[in-house]
Amino acid sequence: MNVLLDFAMRFAQFCFVLAMLAAAFRMLRGPSAQDRVLALDTFYINGMLTLLMLGIRSGTTVYFDIALLIALFGFVGSVRSRSSCCAAR
Amino acid sequence: MTLETLPAWAAIPAALLLILGGLCTAIGSLGLARLGTFFQRMHGPSMGNTLGTGCVLFASILVSSTLANRLVMHEILITVFIVITAPMTAMLLMRAAVYRSNSK
Repeated sequence: MNVLLDFAMRFAQFCFVLAMLAAAFRMLRGPSAQDRVLALDTFYINGMLTLLMLGIRSGTTVYFDIALLIALFGFVGSVRSRSSCCAAR
Repeated sequence: MTLETLPAWAAIPAALLLILGGLCTAIGSLGLARLGTFFQRMHGPSMGNTLGTGCVLFASILVSSTLANRLVMHEILITVFIVITAPMTAMLLMRAAVYRSNSK
């Protein structure tokens, strides 16, 4: 049964890398500043998911702590970059 | 118990959740790259990515609980955090974009 799980993990990692490529494209190209902030938000969530998938495959718990830290700092960074680039009240 | 000897009742739902989560995330982020205006682009990541993250974290809880023979719940921290922060970021960005397009 591990063949199915292994295929699913490889497929999910491929999907996350594809999603990161799409977000990087939008981050480089994006016409306005809020496009880039949204793309950064998508990019760090996808990076966190890729790391989490690595954690399931390797069977260690270190990756979960790193993913939690990425989720925390990514949120802070995206709120901060939003309030410095597209100021609103 | 290792990942190779995972029983079928845990492996099949985990594999389905992983495939579903990967598809949702990829569709959401491709929508970010393909759609036309910013207000259309907002929808893809804010819904697709949150759903995909939920699926992947649930699969992770399933696999690691089965491997450890007890309930392992530290992924629920990431789930709660993403569920709280992703709509908040989307709302802040949306309000900023509306403010900018009004003042232009």
